[in-house]
Amino acid sequence: MDYSQFLYMRPELSLIAIIVVLFIYDLFSGEKARGYLQPLTCLLLFAHILLNLFPTGDNINAFGGMYQSQPMIAWVKTILSIGTLIAVMQSNVWLKREDTHHKQGEFYTLTLFTLLGMFFMMSSGHFLLFVIGLELASIPMACLVAFDKYKHHSAEAGAKYILSAMFSSGLMLYGISFLYGTTGTLYFADVASRLNASPLQLMALVFFFAGLAFKISLVPFHLWTADVYEGAPTNVTAYLSVISKGAAAFTLLVIFIKVFAPMITAWQEMLFWVIIASITIANLFAIRQQNIKRFFAFSSISQAGYLMLGTIGGNAIGMTSMVFYILVYMIANLAVFGVISIIEQRTDGKVNISDYNGLYKTNPKLTLVMTLALFSLAGIPPFAGFFSKFFIFMSAFSAGFKVLVFIALINTVISLYYYLLVVKAMYINPNEQPVATFKSDAYTRLSLVLCTLGIVLLGIASGVYDSINAFSFGI
Amino acid sequence: MNFLSLFVLIPVLMMTGLWLARNVQQVRMVMVTGASALLALAVVLVTLYLSERAGGATEQMLFTASHVWYAPLNIHYAVGVDGISVAMLMLSAIIVFTGVFASWKMQTMPKEYFLWFCLLSLGVFGFFISVDLFTMFMFYEVALIPMYLLIGVWGSGRKEYSAMKLTLMLMGGSAFILMGILGIYFGAGATTMNITEIAQTHIPVEMQRVFFPLTFIGFGVLGALFPFHTWSPDGHASAPTAVSMLHAGVLMKLGGYGCFRIAMYLMPDAAREQAWIFLLLTAIGVVYGAFSACVQKDLKYINAYSSVSHCSLVLFALLMMTRTSSTGAILQMLSHGLMTALFFALIGMIYGRTHTRDIREMSGLMKVMPFLSVCYVIAGLANLGLPGLSGFVAEMTIFVGSFAVNDVFHRTLTIIATTSIVITAVYILRLIGKVLYGNVENAEHLKLTDATWDEKLTLICLIVAIAGLGLMPWGVSNMISESVLPMIASLNF
Repeated sequence: MDYSQFLYMRPELSLIAIIVVLFIYDLFSGEKARGYLQPLTCLLLFAHILLNLFPTGDNINAFGGMYQSQPMIAWVKTILSIGTLIAVMQSNVWLKREDTHHKQGEFYTLTLFTLLGMFFMMSSGHFLLFVIGLELASIPMACLVAFDKYKHHSAEAGAKYILSAMFSSGLMLYGISFLYGTTGTLYFADVASRLNASPLQLMALVFFFAGLAFKISLVPFHLWTADVYEGAPTNVTAYLSVISKGAAAFTLLVIFIKVFAPMITAWQEMLFWVIIASITIANLFAIRQQNIKRFFAFSSISQAGYLMLGTIGGNAIGMTSMVFYILVYMIANLAVFGVISIIEQRTDGKVNISDYNGLYKTNPKLTLVMTLALFSLAGIPPFAGFFSKFFIFMSAFSAGFKVLVFIALINTVISLYYYLLVVKAMYINPNEQPVATFKSDAYTRLSLVLCTLGIVLLGIASGVYDSINAFSFGI
Repeated sequence: MNFLSLFVLIPVLMMTGLWLARNVQQVRMVMVTGASALLALAVVLVTLYLSERAGGATEQMLFTASHVWYAPLNIHYAVGVDGISVAMLMLSAIIVFTGVFASWKMQTMPKEYFLWFCLLSLGVFGFFISVDLFTMFMFYEVALIPMYLLIGVWGSGRKEYSAMKLTLMLMGGSAFILMGILGIYFGAGATTMNITEIAQTHIPVEMQRVFFPLTFIGFGVLGALFPFHTWSPDGHASAPTAVSMLHAGVLMKLGGYGCFRIAMYLMPDAAREQAWIFLLLTAIGVVYGAFSACVQKDLKYINAYSSVSHCSLVLFALLMMTRTSSTGAILQMLSHGLMTALFFALIGMIYGRTHTRDIREMSGLMKVMPFLSVCYVIAGLANLGLPGLSGFVAEMTIFVGSFAVNDVFHRTLTIIATTSIVITAVYILRLIGKVLYGNVENAEHLKLTDATWDEKLTLICLIVAIAGLGLMPWGVSNMISESVLPMIASLNF
């Protein structure tokens, strides 16, 4: 066996190294040394990101086709790592609390394990590795969701998450078994060449899609989302809503292109209705939410619908737009959850939209960050969200989905309405007892500055988009 | 760098300056410096433009520059101006300049107020200098969103409702525009987003039929196209003075400009086919707006409905598709922009003193605040089209140009639209008689004072511009009528 093949798996290996280091450090560190876990994790993750900026090579096909990687996949891994770094930075305050500070190490290792699972999911060339990756991403995630285990909500959310994750995995495995039955192989390349759109394979496609749609939380597989987002610790919600969702959405696109390309009309039709349902239903539900975490759960379902607009064309421009969308959405949503989390920590758990009334008077800078992030999510220029929305519409339009783009566009107006409701709460609504003025910790501030820079610059400077575009591939 | 980009750069610098400003004096200093710089730049632009044209420059767009922005999608940051955009830039600069003085006494959160105000003007200026569809659309949306906070935070009356209604309706319009832009881009072969280049290609007629109405309605929402005008009265009535000025004076012109430059110019076949539908709507808008103004009791509502009427007239004249009528339409944009800004400034000043805008509660103001009242009379006379003021020039050109279209349908509509002049006279004269003349019935009003220096400056600037346009229209009108030629040529092909 050629051991040099392991070098191709650099992103995964460096992640495993970080996990091992953190694990051992956590095991042998005392009460005092545990305080350094946070900077250590950030530092190691930063090194990991830097390391992976160097390309490993085009079209890697290692271990007999089991592990595949393209520059685009490497790019997405870097993007997700950056997101994880920001999410880790934001969880500083939460992890210093009395009930959590002794299990910080677990948080970091579990988070990185899910990230590792997502990396394997994206890079798999065989359904076996894919399923292992998926489970590795789901099971530690359930632990994270239930991290505040003495809180009723968190434990309940954890149970809901694990049950729905297992159910969706079951569905997906059932679908994969159909594929194996009709093609006799589980290697992506071989499956693709033997697909003939027979009814059984259509069933396989639907089941497979349903499984991943749970992860992306598309309607009608979204029912767990609001409860889990509400119950999970806010920092975990942030991670769940961007990293987990982004990775699953990208994986779906990659597998549609790599495996299900011969059945493109089938999955386009399927996506068409799912996108309309996701965007519209989630938007309508979001309007009614009072709890800001539930609110952003529905917002994230509708954003997932927009993400799928990049998938539906199956073309290169769609892939570029989608990856760019993931990046921009990630930055904006992390900014939002950063603000929500720090307010929740500083006010002992205020998470209602009405708690944000009059926030501008007391915490103008936080409000500004939140406003910019909301504008970016709503697609208002000159913030990055406008560009990513425009490009994703353009890609779906170029693939001929004009009606779909129109429906999505009308929905942007609805989404603007509910994003403005939050803006209205912060700037206009009067409040007798607004959130008191407070100073955030350095990590949160740094992460919010990073997010703000991203929101303002990613669209205006076209460099990131160009570099993504250089690697995208279509059918 | 092209000097046109300064129109975008100066507002950005102003915003940076505001960010750093520590007290209200510094805020005012930044605003006055920036607004004067913009005004000076606009004057320089007009001079340069006229001298280039006099020197024999025949290109459609002058001072063009284009930088690749998103190469894979053919998106450029492309700028350039013709006579229409120069006129609009000049108008915007005047209104921004006067708007700064009109909000001189802004008390609550002046720094934030002016930040959003600058962002709004950045969008407006950027829109008028762009010749790239994407860049143009981006600036268009940049100009819309600050309205929400400007009205919602600093407005009066039912401000939250109005702000939300205005934002959502305009954003709905911009969703239509985005659809139209994508249709134009892919219809023209997906190779360029530059308007002048797309105009050389031919978009298939079937595509035009779908995307022309989308684009036209999209821009029409902002241009107060009946029945999509309903955001305008509420929005204008609730907005703070300077924002009403900027919004009615400049932002509504984005609608007419976009209808002409993007919808009609790039999709002329569908424009010819479907013009009759929109002509009917705009004719209704002209008369309906004027009639509605007659029955309003709030000064701002009167002016807002009057704006609906006048802005519908702009679209009406554009749809007539003759050279004279479209020149008139652009002149009307200028004239209406100045007039309505003057009106809103005056209403703001009167409201600041009387604390009511209800015309039933005011009378005899001429006796207590003669300066403001005389200005109000001038604005009213300009509005009803008195010769010597800008309204007359614009409306005359429009109706002469429209009547020249020789068939029954167009002539009938023109005659119907002409009646708006009479109706305008009714509500303006009624208003002036009721509010300004007669005896002061409210004893409180006797204590009121006349205009202060900042208010006088605002009013005099605007009145000079209105009278200038009314007395010496030929320079402007020649500049515009040369520039509408390419559009008219493609429409009458």
